[in-house]
Amino acid sequence: MSDETTELAPVTTLATPIRLDFDFTPGIAQSKFLRGLEHGTFMGQRCATCGKVYVPSRGSCPTDGVPTTEDVLLGNSGTVTTYCVVNVPFAGQSIEIPYICAQILLDGANLSFMGLIQEIPTDQIRMGMRVEAVWVDEADLTPSLASVRYFRPNGEDDADYETYKEYL
Amino acid sequence: MSAAARTVRPVSVASFAQSQNVRKDDERNEVEGLMPVIAEVFGNIGITKDDVDFICSGSTDYLIGGPFSFVMALDAVGVWPPRSESHVEMDGAFALYEAWVLLQEGEIDAALVYSFGRSSLGDLREILTLQLDPYYEAPLWPDIVSLSALQARALLDAGKATEADFAEVASRSRRDALANPKAQVRNDTAPDVLLQDDYVVAPLRRHALPPITDGAAAVVLAAGDKAGQWSDRPVWITGFDHRMETHSLGARDLTTSPSTTRAAEVAGVAAGKVDIAEIHAPFAHQELILTEALGLDDSVVINPSGGALAANPLMSAGLIRIGEAAERIRSGQADRAVAHATSGPCLQQNLVCVLEGA
Repeated sequence: MSDETTELAPVTTLATPIRLDFDFTPGIAQSKFLRGLEHGTFMGQRCATCGKVYVPSRGSCPTDGVPTTEDVLLGNSGTVTTYCVVNVPFAGQSIEIPYICAQILLDGANLSFMGLIQEIPTDQIRMGMRVEAVWVDEADLTPSLASVRYFRPNGEDDADYETYKEYL
Repeated sequence: MSAAARTVRPVSVASFAQSQNVRKDDERNEVEGLMPVIAEVFGNIGITKDDVDFICSGSTDYLIGGPFSFVMALDAVGVWPPRSESHVEMDGAFALYEAWVLLQEGEIDAALVYSFGRSSLGDLREILTLQLDPYYEAPLWPDIVSLSALQARALLDAGKATEADFAEVASRSRRDALANPKAQVRNDTAPDVLLQDDYVVAPLRRHALPPITDGAAAVVLAAGDKAGQWSDRPVWITGFDHRMETHSLGARDLTTSPSTTRAAEVAGVAAGKVDIAEIHAPFAHQELILTEALGLDDSVVINPSGGALAANPLMSAGLIRIGEAAERIRSGQADRAVAHATSGPCLQQNLVCVLEGA
């Protein structure tokens, strides 16, 4: 190795910027869910084999491997199956901490999904709490989960543990 | 059977299915596109998911632009109760190899192999750049068509082929595809007409490029009693191997494919007469390189399905070669066939599978 080369500092980092753009195809079943959000509703699908209702449905029953063909309109309320309180700030955070992130089992569904809980002090959230979706103004509804502002307590008594223990 | 056959446990390609190959399927998601293929591959032989002991898939998140797409794709199978499952970030032909290796151990008798890929969701030429060496090659963004053109140029400069030879391959492939209802590009156009195409990247004209294809494919492998139960004429894998070459394009002679030649030797291609060969050659000139590397003479029918020039669903085009070859044997059109799959830039990795009728 020449003196010239040995005097150079070793290269330890190499930045190679990459940007790729993709189209997204939600598919037939998920499009129904997204169109439902555009109308302020939660649309799921039922498996004809096991009877479970998925929301959002991706078009198949992950247990049975068969197409989910029956559309099911779900309620606006659900049950908090589990939750966490977020206290840690991170890049891109759009919600003021602390806030509650919960798994919500909509009435009539057999699959919970994640939602933001508001209008309640963070130390009062609990498993089994009954909540309802609060939507954006009708003019602002889009085929996106951004149409749901958040969930809040709906005033009903807590759900019995037996009714949601399968979904933890 | 070949000499190689005596050293391996007989495994049968019991069933094969593929989706319609299209330029862009913008209605269905990956699971919805895969489900009918899985249903067909089981339905062909009257079995269900409960009859297979192992599942292996081939796909890549780079086509979808989202993480863990292979996990979500399992929803198309329904993996309950839980079962042994694996995935390769490669063409489904390599997933089939993994399943075949597991079947060799003798603990299981049946496996499902599937692959899916939607090449239409992003800029494929750019996406495929990211399979290159990330330090010295990928940052220059040499796209896959340009790299393949370098390879074609090297072939011309070596005096091993002419541009008319490329057009001949493309013309024959798409004419043969007229008999393949699943193919995407099917037409009867003479080579001299094709030679009037403009260059996309010289010396490759449009006809020498593969189409961009969305599609999926699936195979059921069977061994032991199941092989006979599921087929009147089992199609046996009698030789199987895959090899790879260096990542560095500059260190390779792009006009040859030594990894294919080595894989063909180990798989025992030359141990008997080859009736047909399904060769995974996305670019027209690559068929010429691969035919030579596999040691196939003029008596072998090359790509009767139309090959990757007629439909090139990324991640599935190699698995489809094995399926197409197996179907020719099952139908009695061939007794011994060679299927080939490739991966990586300019034929970097190559897999060779020898199939024989009972």
